[in-house]
Amino acid sequence: MRITASHHRGRGLAGAFFSLILAGMTWWGTAAAGTLEEALPGLADRAFAVKQQAVQAIAATGDSRAFPILQALLAGDLYTREGADPPLVVARRTGTGWSLRDPLTRADLGEVEWEAVKKIPLNNALRTALRGGIATLTLSSPDPAVRSRAAKDLMRDPSPESVAALRVRLEQEQDAAVRTTLVLAVAVADLRVGTPEARLAAVSTLEGSLHPEARNGLTTLIANETNADVKAAAERALTAIDSRLTWNARAETLFFGLSLGSVLVLAAIGLAITFGVMGVINMAHGELMMLGAYTTYLVQQALPGWVDYSLFVAIPAAFIVSGLFGIAIERTVIRFLYGRPLETLLATFGISLILQQLVRTVISAQNVAVENPSWMSGSLHINPALALTYNRLYILAFALLVFVALLLILKRTALGLQVRAVSQNRAMARAMGVRSARVDALTFGLGAGIAGVAGVALSQLTNVGPNMGQAYIIDSFMVVVFGGVGNLWGTLIGGMTLGVANKFMEPWAGAVLAKILVLVFIILFIQKRPRGLFPQRGRAADG
Amino acid sequence: MRKRDLIKRLVLGSGLALGLSAVLSAAAADDTIKVGVLHSLSGTMAISETTLKDTVLMLVEEQNKKGGLLGKKLEAVVVDPASNWPLFAEKARELIAKDKVAAVFGCWTSVSRKSVLPVFEELNGLLFYPVQYEGEESSKNVFYTGAAPNQQAIPAVDYLMNDLGVKRWVLAGTDYVYPRTTNKILEAYLKQKGVAAEDIMINYTPFGHSDWQSIVADIKKFGGAGKKTAVVSTINGDANVPFYKELGNQGVSAEDIPVVAFSVGEEELSGIDTKPLVGHLAAWNYFMSVDTPENAAFIKQWHAFIKDPKRVTNDPMEAHKIGFDLWVKAVEKAGSTATDKVVKAIVGLETPNLTGGIAKMLPNHHITKPVLIGEIQDDGQFAVVWQTEGTVPGDAWSDFLPGSKDLEGDWTAPINCGNYNIKTKTCLGSAAK
Repeated sequence: MRITASHHRGRGLAGAFFSLILAGMTWWGTAAAGTLEEALPGLADRAFAVKQQAVQAIAATGDSRAFPILQALLAGDLYTREGADPPLVVARRTGTGWSLRDPLTRADLGEVEWEAVKKIPLNNALRTALRGGIATLTLSSPDPAVRSRAAKDLMRDPSPESVAALRVRLEQEQDAAVRTTLVLAVAVADLRVGTPEARLAAVSTLEGSLHPEARNGLTTLIANETNADVKAAAERALTAIDSRLTWNARAETLFFGLSLGSVLVLAAIGLAITFGVMGVINMAHGELMMLGAYTTYLVQQALPGWVDYSLFVAIPAAFIVSGLFGIAIERTVIRFLYGRPLETLLATFGISLILQQLVRTVISAQNVAVENPSWMSGSLHINPALALTYNRLYILAFALLVFVALLLILKRTALGLQVRAVSQNRAMARAMGVRSARVDALTFGLGAGIAGVAGVALSQLTNVGPNMGQAYIIDSFMVVVFGGVGNLWGTLIGGMTLGVANKFMEPWAGAVLAKILVLVFIILFIQKRPRGLFPQRGRAADG
Repeated sequence: MRKRDLIKRLVLGSGLALGLSAVLSAAAADDTIKVGVLHSLSGTMAISETTLKDTVLMLVEEQNKKGGLLGKKLEAVVVDPASNWPLFAEKARELIAKDKVAAVFGCWTSVSRKSVLPVFEELNGLLFYPVQYEGEESSKNVFYTGAAPNQQAIPAVDYLMNDLGVKRWVLAGTDYVYPRTTNKILEAYLKQKGVAAEDIMINYTPFGHSDWQSIVADIKKFGGAGKKTAVVSTINGDANVPFYKELGNQGVSAEDIPVVAFSVGEEELSGIDTKPLVGHLAAWNYFMSVDTPENAAFIKQWHAFIKDPKRVTNDPMEAHKIGFDLWVKAVEKAGSTATDKVVKAIVGLETPNLTGGIAKMLPNHHITKPVLIGEIQDDGQFAVVWQTEGTVPGDAWSDFLPGSKDLEGDWTAPINCGNYNIKTKTCLGSAAK
């Protein structure tokens, strides 16, 4: 019987397969009453060391039933229970309790209460042993992806047995990609345990490899090597790797900067409308973002099991929620305060406190858990040393999308035309028949709605809590003022510049000092160019 | 004038009401003992401190069910210092001077403790402080029921060094007094253990830091030098969530570079998706998952009080429970709630820890505690992977800092000093604070 490749797509297929074959068997299996049955009770032991031995023993049996058991243990699905046979069970959550399965026969054992079973706790050493065991068992899986992963897992902590297994596999391997990984894994292992010739060969194999394991292996080798030739070769290889890594590190920093910049742009772009176009100093801007983030949370609560799609509902929902709050704020407070910036500042600051306390009272003072959809977790591997995290990539793209959408609204729609007209010359616009009060409300609503949409993006990066908005209000004003009040392009360029500058300074200045330096830079810049990067020209600039 | 009459009446009426209420509260004060609760119920720290307020209310309720204390009922006086450090001092003054509370249970951050300290010393009040802290302090009026550095940070580093074979260290913290002092102690300790300066990386970030990309990339690079690397994290509060998320996204697993945290407990984990954190470590003196009858009873009592079986318990809650028990015993022993009598009676008193062993109040106003290392599980609980044999006595002044290694706190006669120099046999008094 062979382990099928289906496990990495979920255990469904494998499970069905096993239950078909093994359904008739009893617990202390009839066929091959060998070591798997002997090793299994060790998993229920309290001591981690005993469990670790049991895992290694189970993996060493090579029994085809071993793989799903180890997989279940790693996934945290393996439980113990007292006073019933079998004592080890695979448990799945149901609405009222646990549905149990026999780990050996996969036979259904019915449902039990919450308290009836206890999860087997894992520690890191045990997890490493489990991954090693699973890798040994899956090294000859028919699926190349699974084989490749197994080879990578074995590379982490090579033992003489695993190296032997890797060599055997390498001889049979047909798939080119898997071969590359296997060659690398064997070379890394050779660095540790091989003869001087084998080590020298391994060094030349690893030359130019960007895998962290290769660099790790070489550094350890240089520290311990006695053979001068091998040591010199290893040092050359390491220098070559390091010079390639430097370029990767620069690319990485640039990406980090753009991604920080995209968050700044998202946070500031709503403010670029309310403050930049309308001239309202809106201290509640951060709280409008917070409302957007909470909308994401509520949408996820309302659609359990749809986490992967919830963001697509949350984005319009957050726009509407924050937008309506924005319109309400404009109609009830701000419209009485046009032309009185100090009063507006105080009033909106008060509103921000009210909104925070509202959330604290209605939902909770605690932070809430917003889940990341699976497509936003993990990273895109450009090469082994350079990986761009998906959540940052999507948010970067999203920021640009929001920017373009907003630009189109302002330049191409009737509302945009009216907004620009009112902001340039209110009296003239009114004379031409523009209902300026309605335009004000809609503009403020638009800015607030965009803030809500930014909140959805932030909920994927940071904590969602009543105070989250305060962290962004200073940054938002900074970007808008730096970019030039009243200019969307200024906000985009300003945000990205500040993000990249911050990230390039961070490695040598530290996170705290980098932020201070950016602020000092802005103060000096504003002294020189009080109207920001892209100052508004013409009559509007004087109004 | 009618209007003036109205105002007169109003003034008279309210004066009468005020007088009446003063009389009433004076009458009430006679048959109750007041307990102050000084925890932020709004602002940044509300996340952590609200739970502690509920814990004290639960302990007070429980004590009243047992018949109160010295034949009187206990009455909790709850104030909200709103995560605002100067307001902590104001509210503390209000509790001691106006409400005449017998003891105060409160504070979370070190800066809030530092802000109320002069008030408690001036008015001779009693404060029970339940959170792990940086040490370097011992006051007659404060009882430190959380861990001192030698009860949390040092054992955690020992575990990483001896059991996991860690050779390279990242000390990452939020930029304020607790992480800075703790990291100073740890750096001195590691160097004393023979760790080279280039194997230690120290990094500070602002409160609520959310963009961890570069720092995690740096940690990854630092860990890629062929030696086992671990991160010792004094990152505080909710900045931890994006930090662990970024670690997960950049593919740094707990098996490669474990992170041991001193400020991440069950309460902090209950608000987040724990998948990226599984396998990372935390060092505390209490975990909810510890299987003892005392702990089971405490969790049951908490769930019954808060009416939500999903709420978790955590280390500072245990510290309040121990502090409250010790205070009750001291008041019973002294037969009075007067500060000086309680301070005298409480040293040497014992109460069981919830995780086994006995908590004993030491002359330096710290207590004995077991130290546990736990690994985060996917249900937001910790599995204990290591613990000290027996309990560790809290040390107010670190033995690893040059300025403090000769200092001891001892609030029993004849020394009666928070910073007694054992070499010169002198009390530095308030000069060293």
